[in-house]
Amino acid sequence: MLSKVAAMRDAYGDALLELGAENKDVVVIGADTTGSLKSGVFASKFPERFFNVGIAEQNLVSIAAGMALAGKIPYAGTYAIFVPGKSVDQIRNNIAYPNLNVKIVCSHGGISVGPDGASHQQVEDIAIMRAIPKMNVIVPADAVSTKAIAKAIAAIPGPFYVRLTRSSTPVIYDGGFRYEHGKANVLKEGGDVGIVACGIMVSEALKAAEALRTKGVAASVLDLHTIKPIDSDAIVKLARSCGRVVTVEEHNVMGGMGSAVAEVLGERYPVPIRRVGVMDTFGESGEAADLLRKYGLTAANVEQAALGLRGQ
Amino acid sequence: METAQEVVRLKETARNTRKLILEALAEAGSGHPGGSLSAVELLVTLYFRVMRHDPKNPKWPDRDRFFLSKGHAAPLLYSVLAQAGYFPAEELMTLRKIGSRLQGHPSMGVPGVEAPAGSEGIGLSLAVGTSLAAKLDGKAYRTYVLMGDGEQQEGQVWEAAMSASKFRLDNLTAIIDRNGIQQDGLTEQVMPLEPLAAKWRAFNWNVIEVDGYDLAQLIDGFDLAIGTRNRPTVIIAHTVKGKGISFMEWSPHYHGTPPAKDKLRDVLSELG
Repeated sequence: MLSKVAAMRDAYGDALLELGAENKDVVVIGADTTGSLKSGVFASKFPERFFNVGIAEQNLVSIAAGMALAGKIPYAGTYAIFVPGKSVDQIRNNIAYPNLNVKIVCSHGGISVGPDGASHQQVEDIAIMRAIPKMNVIVPADAVSTKAIAKAIAAIPGPFYVRLTRSSTPVIYDGGFRYEHGKANVLKEGGDVGIVACGIMVSEALKAAEALRTKGVAASVLDLHTIKPIDSDAIVKLARSCGRVVTVEEHNVMGGMGSAVAEVLGERYPVPIRRVGVMDTFGESGEAADLLRKYGLTAANVEQAALGLRGQ
Repeated sequence: METAQEVVRLKETARNTRKLILEALAEAGSGHPGGSLSAVELLVTLYFRVMRHDPKNPKWPDRDRFFLSKGHAAPLLYSVLAQAGYFPAEELMTLRKIGSRLQGHPSMGVPGVEAPAGSEGIGLSLAVGTSLAAKLDGKAYRTYVLMGDGEQQEGQVWEAAMSASKFRLDNLTAIIDRNGIQQDGLTEQVMPLEPLAAKWRAFNWNVIEVDGYDLAQLIDGFDLAIGTRNRPTVIIAHTVKGKGISFMEWSPHYHGTPPAKDKLRDVLSELG
């Protein structure tokens, strides 16, 4: 586990090619980042179903809504900083309010975007999107699950937001991944501390669990890829068996996955919680690994939070 | 039908539409008369002369699509849909009331309403979406979208305008209700739009300007749009905010102030 790396964006491109062949209603809409997002590969096979609207993210979202109204299944996306960043009104009023079948898939979530700096590092998207009624929010952990998720959501009616990462990331699901809507994946079971992670932090959570094991602490790790609808039962079960929970996400600790977990536990099974994430600040330029270290988003930070919860 | 006869019929429908709008707004106690009254003839011509649609089968796949981008003119859209037979006219008296399908701005679930509206500047993009889908499916249906003039200040309108000409959407007709007034005052004072026709021409659209109350001109304009190939058409309809009610005409105040319920009889008498 974790020795291989692969890019979520390549996996997304593969998924689009298969979807295009399987379903003639699938269309792809991009906004001048289709090469980067790998959605452009769809154009090579299905040029008549591929639309590039240029640098116009609001138009991108609303055109997708119009195509969904006419029976299409649009996959629309660009960098997360622009969608949802620049187009929240369109997502809310054009897509979510009428509950349209639009799949928004965006790359470059979080600070691991790297040298482009804070202007391109979206650390608020989970909070924004999960506050919108009817919206489904997914943050895949690796390339394998990205492909499975991108394909699976074509068959689930309604609006989705899927957040991908710019850089190549460790493969977690080398043995395959089956997406079950709204169901989290238990990756490791241990009774001393529960770690809930999403996106590229899942691999850090697994590393932290390994480090904790060497210190005699047994950790559970939950891949909470689907943040909305949230798998409350899996979270409560984790809290019940571990008694303390650490959440870790590449997102502002305000309003993101950790907040969602805290909401569930606060109401259903209160236990001590530590949230690891971006501490309500903007990022900066730098290489991804350096930024993740500087902003406290590594296995060591997760381990430290877990030990802290145990009073160690 | 002869155009002259048809004009008489459409005028009668327009008069009744104004009556229904004012009655519904007075009953609701809030809402937007000015921009509803200004565009009556535009919608009446579309729904009773131009568009192919079937009120008994609102989801008919080959129907022409209409998007109201200036969502605050919901009373106008509802009044036209009710007269066309999409739902009973009595329901108009539930406008803006709790539990009603007739939300203050259009929402899904009302027969004949294609999409929600209310946030300005986003309807043209929806129309680009359905127009692209129609071309992809080889279908002959057309898409119509009514925008306000104040709405032209939204940047997304111009994103959508660029994309419609890029994709050569000759199956798309936009209509601008050019009544010159927005909530805070005259459009030319709040944020000037002129030269508006030149802007649309510069975006490679077919531009047609009409008197928004000359039904023969409106019919000709829509027919010209249908006959235009390889580019979208925008019809700039010169109108009057609050048209038909003397004290509402040219008044920014009546952008968002309904007629008083106890004055309704006097107000309606102006319609003749």
